[in-house]
Amino acid sequence: MASLNITNVEKSFGHTHILKGINMDIQDGEFIILVGPSGCGKSTLMNCIAGLEEVTGGQICIENHDITGVLPKDRDIAMVFQSYALYPNMNVHKNISFALEIRKLPKADIEREVERVAKLLQIEHLLDRKPGQLSGGQRQRVAMGRALARHPKIYLFDEPLSNLDAKLRVEMRTEIKKLHQRLGTTIVYVTHDQIEAMTLADRIAVMKDGHIQQFGTPQEVYDNPANRFVAGFMGSPSMNFIDTELVSHEGQVCVKLLVLDQLHYLPTPSEEQGLKERVGQKVVLGIRPEQITHVIPHYASNPSTFIVNAKIDVIEPTGPDTLVLVKMNEQEVNCRVEPHEAGKPGETMSLMINMSKTVFFDPITGERL
Amino acid sequence: MNTNPNRRYADITGRALLYAVLGIMAIYYLLPLALMIVTSFRSMDEIRMGQLIDWPTQLNLDAWRIAWSEAQIGARSERGLQPYFINSMLITLPAVAISTLMGAVNGYVLSFWRFRGSNLFFGLLLFGCFLPFQAILLPHANVLGRMGISGSIAGLIFTHVVYGLAFTTLFFRNYYVTLPGELIKAAQLDGAGFWRIFWRIILPLSTPILTVCVIWQFTQVWNDFLFGVTFSDPSSQPVTVGLNNLVNSSTGERRYNVDMAGAIIAALPTLLVYVIAGKYFVRGLTAGSVKG
Repeated sequence: MASLNITNVEKSFGHTHILKGINMDIQDGEFIILVGPSGCGKSTLMNCIAGLEEVTGGQICIENHDITGVLPKDRDIAMVFQSYALYPNMNVHKNISFALEIRKLPKADIEREVERVAKLLQIEHLLDRKPGQLSGGQRQRVAMGRALARHPKIYLFDEPLSNLDAKLRVEMRTEIKKLHQRLGTTIVYVTHDQIEAMTLADRIAVMKDGHIQQFGTPQEVYDNPANRFVAGFMGSPSMNFIDTELVSHEGQVCVKLLVLDQLHYLPTPSEEQGLKERVGQKVVLGIRPEQITHVIPHYASNPSTFIVNAKIDVIEPTGPDTLVLVKMNEQEVNCRVEPHEAGKPGETMSLMINMSKTVFFDPITGERL
Repeated sequence: MNTNPNRRYADITGRALLYAVLGIMAIYYLLPLALMIVTSFRSMDEIRMGQLIDWPTQLNLDAWRIAWSEAQIGARSERGLQPYFINSMLITLPAVAISTLMGAVNGYVLSFWRFRGSNLFFGLLLFGCFLPFQAILLPHANVLGRMGISGSIAGLIFTHVVYGLAFTTLFFRNYYVTLPGELIKAAQLDGAGFWRIFWRIILPLSTPILTVCVIWQFTQVWNDFLFGVTFSDPSSQPVTVGLNNLVNSSTGERRYNVDMAGAIIAALPTLLVYVIAGKYFVRGLTAGSVKG
């Protein structure tokens, strides 16, 4: 368990810059998720923390000790790999004890440690098996066991669940969260699955093109995205982006919204003070699907909600909700409504828009206004 | 499956034809060996008096004894193929062991510890596989002379190791690139160094390719004649050279039975390696291929 400070870390292979100045301060015991699309540099950053790749610039500190040039084995970091990377020629017991043997622990201590880890992860009955004789979920547990046995300062997880089937993935996600709550260890976890990111993280770092776009709690990242990329990346189905224009209407800053040949002026949230200076300019309105619902009577009187009539193009039932695709400002917009309230394609339906959590982006830079 | 009787007959005919062709091919390849074995057990009188190809009237081991320990080969004091056979063992076993192990280390480095220019290095090394050995005889003789090991067993071991490395490296490198690199990373984080990862993780995973490599190298080195005849002196000649001398240097009557017995003696170790290691080879290839 330890704090981890990453300062201005850069990494390039030849002329390809993978990491372009990464800064992160991670507290002792925090569960940090690195999330981003393929090729954003998250795995490279992970390898740099582990010491498997040398950084081109910057500094990495664990517990305020500079470990930038230290060999991987001396960093006291354990890693769980996407492919698990279990040693195929060794049984589970050996896989877990390998690192302890190298560190020349007394035999009795090794036995005790293997037993403890096996009990913790419920793999006691598998200790004599080779990795080839285990199922995906069991291999996953052994890989975690191998990491846990050493009591390292920091755990790194590199997309550990991506090789599991959907059901097992959800189970193991919960297991990992429980484990973290029990052990209180510092974890850096790479994933491209934004649901994993939301559910597990104390803080999420959203990465793109070698930069950290935003580093905050899951709720912050979800409700207050720093830019259009973060807004679109987090959340499923993703946020609707509607090109529109800011106008002054009845003393309020409003956005123009044309739905089914009818022009609506929807006031922007009063917190978004900066929008006043942009009146008359084009902006992108960001609104999550769950903020456009069927009409819920006791919310309808709320000053931030507005009702519009829209023609349904497509409906997509998901079970708990039905996604209704309509057109606003000639652009497709996803709305999340109660299944029994959803109409049929071609019908007109009343939708309630909640403007209180909308966000606005610059149409060119994509930055939050 | 096939309820149509015509289809079933077609299948059976096809099978029968296939087995017939395979059988004929097998006989074609086995016939020379069978003839050698049969002839080696006949006495010269039988061969002289009767047919060249015939069953032995009695099991006569004279030819084997003569080939192994009694035939006068060249002008040496020791008789028979025995000393040559021992030379071949003394050359082949270390040469195979050293070239295989070095190939494994080379492959390990070229797959997991790439350095600047390692791909170029590997590419150049591959030229060694296409090198006609006749082309290097003179310069290599010079090298052996300068090293002071010309005409010795050590010189032949060195020669076979050097010219075997291209192949062994290629074998191991191509096998190791299929192993996941994350294994090495995991072992590094576990605290293992270069050699420990090699001995404890990589080498135990190498059984199939080790077998392939040992079969290949053993056959190459044991069967080699060119290096054996060029870089040896009478005390270090391998069995291939001995066999050649046995067959070519006898005066008077040509003793077919001794020649055949000698040829089988010279070929026996490679046959044995195929029979024993071939089994492990197949086992190694199929191990772990069944998903658990």
